[in-house]
Amino acid sequence: MLLKRVLIAILFMPVITGYAADSYSISNQRQAELHNLLIQDCGSCHGMTMKGGLGPALTADILKTKPRKMIEVTILQGRPGTPMPPWNTILTKEEVRWIVDTLYAGVKL
Amino acid sequence: MNPLTRALLLAFSISLLAACASTNIRGTGDLGVVIERATGSVQIVETTNSTALSRVNGLGDLSHASIVYSRDERYAYVFGRDGGLTKIDILNSKIAKRIIQSGNSIGGAISQDGKLVAVSNYKPGGIKVFNSATLELVADIPATNNNLKKSKVVGLVDAPGQRFVFSLYDAGEIWLADLSSGKPVITKYKNIGRQPYDGLITPDGRYYIAGLFGEDGMAVLDLWHPEKGVKRILDNYGRGSKKMPVYKMPHLEGWAMTEYYAFLPAVGRNSVLVVNRRNWKQVKSIAVHGQPVFVMARPDGRQVWVNFAYPKNDTVQVIDTEELKIIKELKPGKAVLHMEFTPRGEHVWVSARDAGKVTVYDTQNFNPVTSLPMNKPSGIFFTNRAHRIGL
Repeated sequence: MLLKRVLIAILFMPVITGYAADSYSISNQRQAELHNLLIQDCGSCHGMTMKGGLGPALTADILKTKPRKMIEVTILQGRPGTPMPPWNTILTKEEVRWIVDTLYAGVKL
Repeated sequence: MNPLTRALLLAFSISLLAACASTNIRGTGDLGVVIERATGSVQIVETTNSTALSRVNGLGDLSHASIVYSRDERYAYVFGRDGGLTKIDILNSKIAKRIIQSGNSIGGAISQDGKLVAVSNYKPGGIKVFNSATLELVADIPATNNNLKKSKVVGLVDAPGQRFVFSLYDAGEIWLADLSSGKPVITKYKNIGRQPYDGLITPDGRYYIAGLFGEDGMAVLDLWHPEKGVKRILDNYGRGSKKMPVYKMPHLEGWAMTEYYAFLPAVGRNSVLVVNRRNWKQVKSIAVHGQPVFVMARPDGRQVWVNFAYPKNDTVQVIDTEELKIIKELKPGKAVLHMEFTPRGEHVWVSARDAGKVTVYDTQNFNPVTSLPMNKPSGIFFTNRAHRIGL
């Protein structure tokens, strides 16, 4: 069990630096779905490489200066006055945390 | 070798060459290009036998990519998110020319005479106009408002008279750029509404219509009378008083028009709106599966096909334009992003991004004709767009 955990941790290390892999109860399959959602659907507005589009750029470099909590709240509740919709009816808080961690670590295609 | 033999041999080889060449000659009227958004590639397809012919790589970030065609239907101009403008020779399946013209772009248009290609940019906000043969810069038009703040540009289309029309998302303006003299002459229409998010031109090239995200209603410019300014129509069109979240911006480009009606995607609501084309009054609201993204009419206008925003994007519905009701529902696969009709509408090609395929349907009996494997396919563009205003 421990070995498996370590392996999973190693597997996802580049994606979620800063958080321990086993702090998520999200299945591997769901993580793959979230990764696809992030790149493809968030990417429709923010760019697949997160360099921005109609929505602002969300590269690791740009996020460095922004509080993590603000990004989490923006994803969950949307940002009134902009096209950013709230995702709290579609994603769980933990899934949003996974997405934010992935963004801060830098999204890999 | 005596001279006679030599002459005969020469004549023979020339005729052989000619025969070879003639077997390779083909037209491009049944060709098209499908964007593979994740890999920065496209596939060139043909619609006579519904097959994929080849792939072209090296096109950069193709999230939200679009294409216009040269009027000879040989070259496809691909506008990529990373500011790339690529001219593809679809007959030879190779890149003829590629430039990075900005940091971040959203779409493009080709001029009435086919000699200019314009690109709309988010960063730095504005449009750039290029020579369509060489991709050399002809004009740079920054979208700057009074405070010298640059605005993202959306809804760029061509208009008759060698003009381009586009909207400024941040500034809330519509600009008309006239390039008939060679140098751009700009007319600016201010305060047209908050956050225009996309625009379209009617197929006759007369009305430019911008959708507004920040408020209800749409902004219309009559290009037969640009001196009359921008007017507002469809005051109830939009998100309404209770602002619903919009998970994907509806696209206006494919706005379906039939003889009497225009069919529009409602913003943030699960409905397709039917409006009278003469007076822009709403005739009906048709309840549909999810938030509509593309609402597209079959070329004969008898059917309107609709796809939907995340998370209900595995479905396509077909509306009968006489009965004004849904007559068919299809499940082409996860993440249906785009639909394109063959020039006379016997087939429609539907891309399903997460299913990794494009399915070709018979529009008469709705049966799948074939399905082609593609890598995260998004936009599908057939060459008959070359001769349509605004596409």
